[in-house]
Amino acid sequence: MDSFLLIISALDATFRIATPLILCAMAGIFAERSGIVDISLEGKLLMGAFGAAAVASLTGSAWLGLLAAMGAGVFMSLIHGFATITHKGDHVVSGVAINILASGLTVIIGIAFFSQGGQTPTLPRDARFGPIEWFGVNVMDAVPILGPIYREFISGHNLLVYMALLAVPLASFVLYKSRFGLRLRAVGEKPEAVDSAGISVRALRYRALIIGGLLCGLAGAYLSTAAGSNFVREMSAGKGYIALAAVIFGNWRPVTAFLACLMFGFLEALAPRIQGIEFPLIGEIPNQLMLAIPYIVTVLLLAGFIGKPSPPAAIGKPYDG
Amino acid sequence: MKNTERSGATAPFSLELKGISKSFGAIQANKNIDLAVRPGTIHGIVGENGAGKSTLMNILYGLHRADEGEIFINGAPVAIRKSADAIAHGIGMVHQHFMLVSRFSVLENVMLGSEGGALLKTGREQTLERLQELSDTYGMRVDPKALIADLNVGNQQRVEILKALKHGADILILDEPTGVLTPQETEQLFEILKSLRADGKTVIMITHKLEEIMSVTDAVSIMRRGEMVGHRETKNTSTAELAELMVGRSVLLQVDRGTSKPAKVAVTINGLGATDDVGVRILDDVSFEVRGGEILGIAGVSGNGQTPLMEALTGMRTPTEGRIDMLGVTISPQHSVDPSALRAQGLGHIPEDRHQHGLILDFTAQENMVFGYHRAAQTGSGALMDVKSIKEHTTTLMAQYDIRPPNPDLPARNFSGGNQQKIVIAREMFPNPKVLVVGQPTRGVDVGAIEFIHKQLIALRDEGCAIILVSVELDEVMSLSDRIIVMNDGHIVGELPHAEFDEKRIGLMMAGIKEEAA
Amino acid sequence: MTPPPPLPRWADIYLLPLVNLLMALIVSGIVISFIGENPLEALRVMVNGAFFFGNSLGYTLYYTTNFIFTGLAVAVAFQALLFNIGGEGQAYIGGLFAALAAFAIGPIFPWYLAMPFVVIAAALGGASWAFIPGVLQARRDSHIVITTIMFNFLAAALMVSLLSGTLMAPGQQSPQTEPLPDAALMPKGTAFFSVLGINAERSPLNLSFILAIICLGLYWVLIWRTRLGYEIRAVGKNPDAARYAGINVPRVITITLLISGAFAGLMAVNEILGVHGKVILNFTAGYGFTGIAVALMGRNHPVGIFLASLLFGALFQGGVELDFEFTSITREMVLLIQGLIILFSGALAYMLQRPLARVLGWILIKRQVAHG
Repeated sequence: MDSFLLIISALDATFRIATPLILCAMAGIFAERSGIVDISLEGKLLMGAFGAAAVASLTGSAWLGLLAAMGAGVFMSLIHGFATITHKGDHVVSGVAINILASGLTVIIGIAFFSQGGQTPTLPRDARFGPIEWFGVNVMDAVPILGPIYREFISGHNLLVYMALLAVPLASFVLYKSRFGLRLRAVGEKPEAVDSAGISVRALRYRALIIGGLLCGLAGAYLSTAAGSNFVREMSAGKGYIALAAVIFGNWRPVTAFLACLMFGFLEALAPRIQGIEFPLIGEIPNQLMLAIPYIVTVLLLAGFIGKPSPPAAIGKPYDG
Repeated sequence: MKNTERSGATAPFSLELKGISKSFGAIQANKNIDLAVRPGTIHGIVGENGAGKSTLMNILYGLHRADEGEIFINGAPVAIRKSADAIAHGIGMVHQHFMLVSRFSVLENVMLGSEGGALLKTGREQTLERLQELSDTYGMRVDPKALIADLNVGNQQRVEILKALKHGADILILDEPTGVLTPQETEQLFEILKSLRADGKTVIMITHKLEEIMSVTDAVSIMRRGEMVGHRETKNTSTAELAELMVGRSVLLQVDRGTSKPAKVAVTINGLGATDDVGVRILDDVSFEVRGGEILGIAGVSGNGQTPLMEALTGMRTPTEGRIDMLGVTISPQHSVDPSALRAQGLGHIPEDRHQHGLILDFTAQENMVFGYHRAAQTGSGALMDVKSIKEHTTTLMAQYDIRPPNPDLPARNFSGGNQQKIVIAREMFPNPKVLVVGQPTRGVDVGAIEFIHKQLIALRDEGCAIILVSVELDEVMSLSDRIIVMNDGHIVGELPHAEFDEKRIGLMMAGIKEEAA
Repeated sequence: MTPPPPLPRWADIYLLPLVNLLMALIVSGIVISFIGENPLEALRVMVNGAFFFGNSLGYTLYYTTNFIFTGLAVAVAFQALLFNIGGEGQAYIGGLFAALAAFAIGPIFPWYLAMPFVVIAAALGGASWAFIPGVLQARRDSHIVITTIMFNFLAAALMVSLLSGTLMAPGQQSPQTEPLPDAALMPKGTAFFSVLGINAERSPLNLSFILAIICLGLYWVLIWRTRLGYEIRAVGKNPDAARYAGINVPRVITITLLISGAFAGLMAVNEILGVHGKVILNFTAGYGFTGIAVALMGRNHPVGIFLASLLFGALFQGGVELDFEFTSITREMVLLIQGLIILFSGALAYMLQRPLARVLGWILIKRQVAHG
């Protein structure tokens, strides 16, 4: 029963860890499927986290914080778009700039407003997104196996976790079932085809980036107003890059990227839980190795050793249109 | 030539262009172009690569904007600023490089741009129905669910046509539609075009293949160097006349070529074949010999195998069949030799496109003067390059070849076309190559430089070099060569010794017409 | 879109970077005003803090040393049109190799043998960490940007596990190695610097600065005087033409990345052998990313890289001073300026070129009219 509970709690933690990854990965999919390299997920996530915590702290409303986070994400996206779409700048250089800008701006503004060394004040419970208890949890507790699964695994997450889970089918639907999605996928593969069909390449790419900004904002709000209770400097801690790895690993598709996020989340959830445990034959697994697996598999994938990545054909190339 | 000399044009033209001009920087791609196309006809536009055909069509489709001129559709003036305008006016285009998303299905590609609603579901049924209808009317059957990447080129082209028709095209422009097709696919395409014509659509076909013009068009317009040089009813013209108009007859250049003294065989090519990356055969069973001290000219409309032949000769392309023996090395499918190894053995290579291959435009003249020879002993010692001696070397060559301005530190970009070409020529001729492969030696070069370059080639020949000369300028090939081989569609169509040079005969061969064995 | 009109060479090399810097400073100034401080006062504090206050010049030059190395790493890759974003990880592994080499031979050999050996080890460490991304880019077309980012994280994971495991100093709580043997350390060169009028005594400045200056020279020779450098630039300018010239493009790409990694690895010489005397966690502190700004602003030219490194050295040191003088402005201001410089001189490089060319053209014509 011990190992059962361990797995259940690891799975539960998986969702908590994977939520910002999933939202950022969906953001990355929109940007990259439109042909824009998006290593600025990290910076948008960080700005989102700061925006949410700062506004929630000033207004006492988690919802206004959420709006601010999405606004911050979109603001960064527009900078990226201005550089890469309007001025045909290098996508990677722009992304690096945005990530560094986010590191600087969050702390500068944070200190100016809150004078706490770059942190924001701890939010009271009602200015955060709390867990949502599902119907009948207490009744279900009586049921063996299913009870704990229902309590830990299905119920008791906060709103943003459920939004992340919802974002996946939604992204799939938009990409594969809507006119916008068809055009978006086309513009990342062959912008000439979109242009010659009389559709604006720029407008499509800007819209894709804006959606990405909104999603990164949600992810940021999750970090600082749902999972945490304030903003801490550099709190994105590379999650944007792991999300990017998940996008690549998921071959730029929502459902597979989602699975990659879950896998990466699970590895991270498992790492502290199996520390010190001797496994038969292999012995103890180093914590850092577990955390490094996402990066290792991504490199192997890019090198074509496991499957073949098929990035959007026109990604990173400026389009003269 | 004006449209007024056409006969029987009473109904308004479905398309009319008046005085279209377009420049890209210093290059004038279209000069005062007039064109009139009657409804319900197939109208051919011929011209060599770079004659300005594609630019003209891109203007018509809103991808470029003309500097001057007017466009009329069904007699009414229209403004076409972007492709959406062209589509709205019923113009559809099948580009040379297909505008298809290869990871999409046929259906998705056809829907792109006319989805019929915010969700794909609604438009899908309509599109399927319309596709069925179109394929019934014009005999184009394609599986809507198939991925573009899985279709052969002929079927991909059908998808392009279907897409244009679905968008409501009445005027269909096809840019070099047969370049990538097999003969059978070409036949099928022509059937489709004829059924479109029968249905009252107007078809404009851009090509450089004269046979096709003769077999499928009703009228033809001929372009050369950015200008419209003639309009003909197809039934009143011939391939020979078209070839003449297309290639033009500039003032025959007088070259004091002296007499050649062919020596031993320097290059032997046997059964050479090559296919491009989509599997189309671009070289087929090419065999010939070149002797030291002679210039072998290769004539042909551009795009008929000259480029891959040059690439194979210079180590830039591994042939798929046959072999080349020269300079003591053998190039074959099993044994590729890289360009620097060939250079070390005494090969010179003046490439067809100096901007793509021959020069690095951002490098200075002196840096370009050792390009490809930058590892040679003369350019330095050990890992270091001797910048001072390279500069002296460049200064000497600049004087010798009259390269202006004589500034070795100027980036190649800042020289005129003629002087850029002289840099390449000076570099490739200086080491006294035993074999020289030359492509388009005077493309984009002013008259004075042309004469100079020609003299240099003759001089090198007289020193015993075996020269293989590829040029789309028939005059140039005829005035320089000691022998001419004519290529068409990757084959050698015929060979003429200098005494038998005849513009008309060569023109026919260039059009792919074989002479009966003499 | 037509290409931007060409700027005169002097404007391209000197004016454009200055205008970009000015833009970055203006935007930063706006942010400072927005948080209620005086931007000019902040600038004064930074300049003072970077050059004139106490030992500040020594600190500035110490930071400059780091940025020269990481800037060179980015610049040499840029010459081949490659974006090595992994300087951070390469420097980290450079530190590891340096430490291992120091432990291996430091106690046995005299300093004049040990020190060069350890310096070379640092370069090799950096190169080794760039090798795999380089080969994957050259042979398998794996995008160098993504692989080097991943290698940054892998380096971090590896170092955390080593520094808190095998290599952790016994009896220590913090993740760091034992002090390195003295023979392996970089001399401070106090006497040398005092000849130059710099008081290095109470600053982290050490002779790595001289090594960095030598590397700038080596970089210049490599790029503009060697056959390899010629090939690197040819591959960067036109890979098609490079093949025509018989250049082995994949090989050149791999070698370029090795050199790039080696420069990044040398940054560890300054930090590990010059300052800390042991390997500590996160000693790279983002300097690898600053190298991107340095290379972009320095236009990949050694003099430009030196000046940009000096600028960032001054910004970092001046930023520390901001911490002391203001309650509401901190050294993160430097991150903002850095991000803006990358944005303006990198991603938006073409935005200012066009108006600048127009303004210059207008001025020059006016002058001609006035004089003519």
